[in-house]
Amino acid sequence: MTFATMVSQLAQGLLVSIEIFLLTLVGSLPLGLLVAFGRMSKFRPLRLVVQVYISIMRGTPLVLQLMVVYFGPAMLFGWSIPRFSAVILGMILNYAAYFAEIYRGGIESMPVGQYEAAEVLGYTKSQTFLKIILPQVFKRILPSVTNEVITLVKDTSLAYVVSVMEMFTLAKKIASSQTTLMPFVIAGVFYYIFNLVVAVIMERMERRLSYYR
Amino acid sequence: MNILEMNQIKKAFGDNQVLKGISLSVEKGEVVAIIGPSGSGKSTLLRCATFLETIDSGEIAYMGQKAAVTGQNGHAEYVSSAEMRKIRGYFGLVFQNFNLFPHYSVLKNVIDAPVSVQKRSRQESVEEARALLAKMGLSDKEESYPYQLSGGQQQRVSIVRALAMHPEILFFDEPTSALDPELTGEVLKVIRSLAEEHMTMVIVTHEMSFARAVADRVIFMDGGVIVEEGRPDDVMLNPQNERTASFLSRFTE
Ligand SMILES: Nc1ncnc2c1ncn2[C@@H]1O[C@H](COP(=O)(O)OP(=O)(O)OP(=O)(O)O)[C@@H](O)[C@H]1O
Ligand SMILES: [Mg+2]
Repeated sequence: MTFATMVSQLAQGLLVSIEIFLLTLVGSLPLGLLVAFGRMSKFRPLRLVVQVYISIMRGTPLVLQLMVVYFGPAMLFGWSIPRFSAVILGMILNYAAYFAEIYRGGIESMPVGQYEAAEVLGYTKSQTFLKIILPQVFKRILPSVTNEVITLVKDTSLAYVVSVMEMFTLAKKIASSQTTLMPFVIAGVFYYIFNLVVAVIMERMERRLSYYR
Repeated sequence: MNILEMNQIKKAFGDNQVLKGISLSVEKGEVVAIIGPSGSGKSTLLRCATFLETIDSGEIAYMGQKAAVTGQNGHAEYVSSAEMRKIRGYFGLVFQNFNLFPHYSVLKNVIDAPVSVQKRSRQESVEEARALLAKMGLSDKEESYPYQLSGGQQQRVSIVRALAMHPEILFFDEPTSALDPELTGEVLKVIRSLAEEHMTMVIVTHEMSFARAVADRVIFMDGGVIVEEGRPDDVMLNPQNERTASFLSRFTE
């Protein structure tokens, strides 16, 4: 296999990695906010359930979680989930837990005076949250979100456990069939570039929010 | 009809009985200054008046409309949230530490609630906001963000933000306590000009000479009760109660 073929096959895989990355973000960023609400709920049973969910998601390896999502239903009920969907579902569930904790930290760090000023001015609870609190929370948590997003780029490679043909899985396959480590080197470079792009985008967002302190 | 009527207000935090049955009524156009030692319950009284704290018992009414009443069982009950929303429109509150919205420009801080809470027209709100900002010497600041302003300017913006809601009564909780001494003057001047326009105000302050100059009535609170109240000169120059006298003596060097 020529170098150019390797690169082009891995580039195909990179597209799948990017797909996993984007779908995971689109799912876990909003879900994380819901989970954060559950975690802060006044209703104790809900709070406990969410707390257990978060602690499992953060306390066990993501690889294992992906395996459970894919193989679990098949073993228990004989349901087979498409590999790709299983990966997306597993990643979303995992990342939502991390994002939830980040949201919660951001929301709890907001000074009570912001809520009180809004209340006295007559804003409804949802107006207060959407107009006053959430925009400020986004700014506060952006650095932590950036960290997670960069980790996510690398975590897309974990899809190999259920043999989704993303870049890392392909690299492994090519490497063993061609007996060369070159695919890993190329994949490493691709991941690095992927993350550079992500870092630039996140930095832009941070700069966009730097008009106030 | 009084703008504000508070009757026999009691409020405790746990075992700490902070307000022990306070009654306060404020007429239209009246300026009331509340003074008293730290921990006497001044902020708590304002926070109860502005519904930031719920009272345990007593009555609160604005413009003759009851917000909280106490029935046979001795516990205060508040009216429906729809009525509360209406009554909230009667008052404004200026905080000690401003509590401006940092992500909004000065103009947006002022017009956002009129537009999104009171559903007033944006254009009318902007025009009014500009006029108020000009009056407070903040014309050139409408595009600024709070962090770009001095404390005194931020406090003046927060006063404008409250005024833009057309309150019947404005509460101030130590509006100059968070400011450097050289900045207190500009804020006090603004409050004084509001007094001259007969804005109804209740002001908690440690600025004794300001209270004397601007208030129609001074209330001295201590230990959760009103110890003495009356015309500023009477209370402050010739206090009848010994606790008032000893408190005031700390301010005359
Ligand atoms: N949220 C709260 N929880 C518990 N105790 C409180 C709370 N708010 C106030 N207190 C207590 O109530 C008492 C009165 O406090 P308050 O802030 O009303 O006093 P103040 O007269 O405004 O004092 P200062 O001049 O220092 O501002 C104090 O003993 C205070 O510790
Ligand atoms: Mg106070």
